[in-house]
Amino acid sequence: MAKVATGPEIKRAEQMIKVLFFAAIREQLDCAELELKLNAEANTISDVKASLSKKGADWQKVFTDPTVLVAVNQTMVDDAQSLKNNDTLAFFPPVTGG
Amino acid sequence: MSLNSIKVQQQDFDFAKEVDTLEDNNLVDGATVTFVGRVRNNNDGCQVKHLFLEHYAGMTEKCLFDITQQARERWQLGNISVIHRFGQLSLGEKIVFVGITSKHRQDAFMAAEFIMDYLKVSAPFWKKELTEQGERWVAAKAKDTQEANKW
Repeated sequence: MAKVATGPEIKRAEQMIKVLFFAAIREQLDCAELELKLNAEANTISDVKASLSKKGADWQKVFTDPTVLVAVNQTMVDDAQSLKNNDTLAFFPPVTGG
Repeated sequence: MSLNSIKVQQQDFDFAKEVDTLEDNNLVDGATVTFVGRVRNNNDGCQVKHLFLEHYAGMTEKCLFDITQQARERWQLGNISVIHRFGQLSLGEKIVFVGITSKHRQDAFMAAEFIMDYLKVSAPFWKKELTEQGERWVAAKAKDTQEANKW
C-alpha cells in the first residue's frame, strides 16, 4: 500500500548538505565531494568538522588544521556558522592565486 | 555606465584588446592602469617547469566581483576588468589581468594594487607547480596576508 506523507513525517525529513573539497585537501582526503546528513542539534561548521574528523587519520589531520578555510554557499565564513538544509559547504587550503 | 568585467577562463587573453576595451568610447577617464601576472621559472629556490591552477568555479567569479565593488567604494573608478586563468600554464604565460581607468591616476593605481592584494588572499585559486623535484602545491605566503591587511 502506498505510504502517504503526513505533516509530522515531512518535518522529520532528512536535512542534507553538500560538502566540497579543493586542492591539497581533496588530494589528502582522496575525496572531491560528499553529502552529509545535518544533525539538528549539532549544525555548525565546528560540528561538521568534528564529525568528519572521525572518518580516519587523514580526515582528522585536515579538520584539526587551523589554517583550513571554509565557505558556505560560496561565501567565506567562520566555524561558528550554522548550516541549513541544502547548504553547500566547501573546505580548502589558504588560497594562492594571482 | 561603467564596465565591470570579471572573467575566469582557461584560454589566454590579448593584452592590447583588453586595454582597448577599457579605453574605447571612454573620454572621461585620463588614466589607465594595468597589471599582468605571469608564470615565472623559479619559486622558493626551485626551477619551475609549469603551473597548474585549480579554482572553485562560481565562487571565484563572485569573489572577484565583490573585490571590484569594494574598490569602487574606496576610489573614483571608471572601467574595471579582471581576468584570471585556470588550468595548465606554461612558463611566461599570463595568469591574471587587472585593468582600471579613472579620471586621475592615483585612484586607478591604488585600486589596482588593492584588487591584486585582496585577490591573493581571498579568491579561491590554488597553484600547483611542477618542479625538477616533482609536483607540489604552492604554500600561501604570510607576506600576502600582510599586504592585504594594510588596506
